[in-house]
Amino acid sequence: MTRRVALFVTCLVDLFRPVVGFAAIALLERAGCTVAVPRAQTCCGQPAYNSGDRPDAKALALQVIAAFEDYDYVVAPSGSCAGMIRVHYPELFTDDAAALERARRLAARTYELVSFLVDVCGVEAVEARWGRRATYHDACSGLRELGVKRQPRALLDSVAGLQMTELPGAETCCGFGGTFCVKYPAISDKMVSDKVADIAATDADAVLAGDLGCLLNIAGKLSRLGCAIEARHVAEVLAGMADEIPAIGAPG
Amino acid sequence: MSEARNAILARIREARGRGPLSAETARQLEERVTAHRRNLVPRRAAALDRAGQVDLFVAMAEEVQTSVARVASAAAVPEAVARYLASENLPAELVMAPDPTLDAYPWNEWPMLAIRRAAAAAGDAVSLTPCLAAIAETGTLMLTSGPERPTTLNFLPDTHIVVLRAAQVVACYEDGWDLLRAAKAEGLPRTVNLITGPSRTGDIEQRIQLGAHGPRRLHIILVEEERVAGDGEAEEPGGHLGGR
Amino acid sequence: MQPTSHLFRENSRAELANGTLQAALGMAKTGFPLRRQAAVARLPEFEALREAGRAIKDHVLDNLDFYLERYERHVVAAGGQVHWARTAEEARDRIVEICRSVGAKTVAKGKSMVAEEIALNDHLEKNGIAPIETDLGEYIIQLRHEPPSHIIAPAMHLLKGQVADTFRAAHRDLDPARPLDEPRTLCDEAREVLRPRFLAADVGITGANFLVAETGSGIIVTNEGNGDLTQTLPRVHIVMTSIEKVVPTLEDAATLLRLLARSATGQEFSSYTTISTGPRRPGDRDGPEQYHVVLLDNGRSAMLGTEFQDMLRCIRCSACMNHCPVYAAIGGHAYGWVYPGPMGAVLTPTLIGLAEAGHLPNASTFCGRCESVCPVKIPLPKMMRHWREREFAQRLSPPVYRGGLRLWGWVARRPALYRAMTGITARAMGLVGGRRGRFRSLPLASGWSLVRDMPAPQGRTFHSLWAERQKRRPAP
Repeated sequence: MTRRVALFVTCLVDLFRPVVGFAAIALLERAGCTVAVPRAQTCCGQPAYNSGDRPDAKALALQVIAAFEDYDYVVAPSGSCAGMIRVHYPELFTDDAAALERARRLAARTYELVSFLVDVCGVEAVEARWGRRATYHDACSGLRELGVKRQPRALLDSVAGLQMTELPGAETCCGFGGTFCVKYPAISDKMVSDKVADIAATDADAVLAGDLGCLLNIAGKLSRLGCAIEARHVAEVLAGMADEIPAIGAPG
Repeated sequence: MSEARNAILARIREARGRGPLSAETARQLEERVTAHRRNLVPRRAAALDRAGQVDLFVAMAEEVQTSVARVASAAAVPEAVARYLASENLPAELVMAPDPTLDAYPWNEWPMLAIRRAAAAAGDAVSLTPCLAAIAETGTLMLTSGPERPTTLNFLPDTHIVVLRAAQVVACYEDGWDLLRAAKAEGLPRTVNLITGPSRTGDIEQRIQLGAHGPRRLHIILVEEERVAGDGEAEEPGGHLGGR
Repeated sequence: MQPTSHLFRENSRAELANGTLQAALGMAKTGFPLRRQAAVARLPEFEALREAGRAIKDHVLDNLDFYLERYERHVVAAGGQVHWARTAEEARDRIVEICRSVGAKTVAKGKSMVAEEIALNDHLEKNGIAPIETDLGEYIIQLRHEPPSHIIAPAMHLLKGQVADTFRAAHRDLDPARPLDEPRTLCDEAREVLRPRFLAADVGITGANFLVAETGSGIIVTNEGNGDLTQTLPRVHIVMTSIEKVVPTLEDAATLLRLLARSATGQEFSSYTTISTGPRRPGDRDGPEQYHVVLLDNGRSAMLGTEFQDMLRCIRCSACMNHCPVYAAIGGHAYGWVYPGPMGAVLTPTLIGLAEAGHLPNASTFCGRCESVCPVKIPLPKMMRHWREREFAQRLSPPVYRGGLRLWGWVARRPALYRAMTGITARAMGLVGGRRGRFRSLPLASGWSLVRDMPAPQGRTFHSLWAERQKRRPAP
């Protein structure tokens, strides 16, 4: 039975790095899914929600629910967006029984990309090659809201030519946190500097993660420090697309 | 202050959207308290037999820098105290709890030990006390205050020696609470001390130092013999507590 | 203490530049989490105990009036007195009254965060009573006239050299040439200096980690033994505590005690866990003649039945701040009041108001680590979000953020418009930044670009590329 998946692109992938979306589609199709991209999607509503703007968050959530509720699964190449839908949409509608029911149904079928491939589709290996020494940063929402930990490491292990080395403090926040990084830039800078120091200490050539917010933050710091370590989304590597496009923040 | 009391209780009830609890609810809550049912108790000690619990107690106590000397019988206790003090280069003098359970040990066979039976004073270097129980789960001693067991003995001197009989080892804190309840019908003593190792602090650069304000050394003399002459009827070999 | 939470931004910048603080924080950042992790790994039932602890606390909060009244009855039956205080002022006044009634000149203090909350020391001094902190960390900061920077390790912001300097300046009658390089010598000196003060104090004040309704007891959890000396030697023992500390039975206390030390320091159990009930008994040779409990509300009853109720489960273990990357970057003083870290971010606005403390629940990435280590499963990020909701509704947040976010939300609700605008933005940014791959400065987001580059977008949005691809493919 073919799984009908709707791809939740995420606003950051849409604006900054479409290749991640195409990599996600390729991986899902190779795992036997059919993939649609609902047109009426823009943002999951996290920025509004985390800023205390429940009305806007609810409006965006209803838009997402309406656009996605006819599919078997909703998959996002982002732990924070998938977490928003899966964990927080039901919390938005505690006072509206009908909306709550729709939110719950959508939440139950929403997944982060790599955990969907491994936990739902049963993917155990990918056919990709990427000759690098890389390390992996655990984005907070994916890790703590959705339990994404083992799955990316399992699939990366199957990439030919790729040597993974574990990052000390992999589970420590990189300091992005949405608006946090612009509201408290000095603290955010300390956090991302510590993260970059940890990455550099591993002797890895590249750092991977499942969330573009973290990656823009980390790549931006690496670039400012003149550090050559590449930053890429895990989906690009798993789909074998890493050689088609420069790393995040790297010259074209 | 009953105005403050009434105001606080009223605000609590208002927050709960109710008035005072109904008689039935109050009865149920009272029952929950007086039944004092155990919550989840870890298997760590509870799953062991008596000998295993004693060994676990010793291992856990030693982990936190308690020293333990195991002796075969009550007769060996005064010698064990003397030897310990000599090995630590301490003078052979101590202040001892005037507790009748300590009468069972032949102190007068070791007259070189200068023993004063009293509460501790500022200059005392070494104290010796009994305990009510020893909790295997974490290597914790349970001591109770009383006319014959002044609390200052546990805290003022630099070195605290505790005499423990193997039969007093229990698995968990809950076993200890049952002993407390059995010991006194009218409520707890002024102080129940649960002591797990010597005094310590990590307040300076997170580095642990022993002997902050309480004793720097905690030494246990563990008497393996199950019954000691002069024991009260409260102890039974193997323990008698529920929940084991 | 006067709050400086409204100066959180300035405070945190200063703390980030504070070399000795950063060195001290570096020691704690890995120490605490590793020790907790080791302790948790040794106890297979730990997760189940967290759930049991949460359930006990929730049950008590549902029936707080019953348990407080029962607790009070048993304190009185044991010969003690209970004083209820609605506010910090009532609590302070009560304590001074008790001290005056016995002609007290000096008060020995065990560590109590509630006493900090009500600014007790200043008030005692104003009334001619000298408080002496006996916990080593509290003693050090008392000498330095600083507030605590952590709820269980008050002086963790200091290096040993700073402590040595403080002791040299304060303990003038000791040999100035004595070596004070090592924590061992500092600890020994504090023990020597404080010992006579314990013995001379008229009144001893401790806090209470738990109050037991079954027996009318207070439980303190310490490692040094100062709390025990404080409550045993003086004639009067005052327990300064708050209404949410009560638990039903000793069995319930045991469950929470199993969680507390492991979550706080990674110990199996603290060196001294002491259950005290009333004053000395007839025949006792030591112990206080009087036992008083001051039960403080100070805004806690107002949290019941609200979206902040779960915060009342807190057992003050400090696991949240020990695992918080923001705390690890700036330390406790930056938060500007008594309670730092994630628990402080939730509790402080309740106690001193959102206008003063609004930064605290905002300065979080919601990484969720705090909630994952809280022994009683308090949903800390969720409650910080609730504070942000209140700020938004009260229009307390800065207009530039409010406006920006509302604009974003407005556009995002109109997909066609959104597509058009993002398409333009992607092309523009891609053109400008494309060859170098990144921007060095972003005029409207200097918060980002002062310290980071901004990676350039690929140049086309996903949706525009997808639409093109769909045109080329046959429909599925």
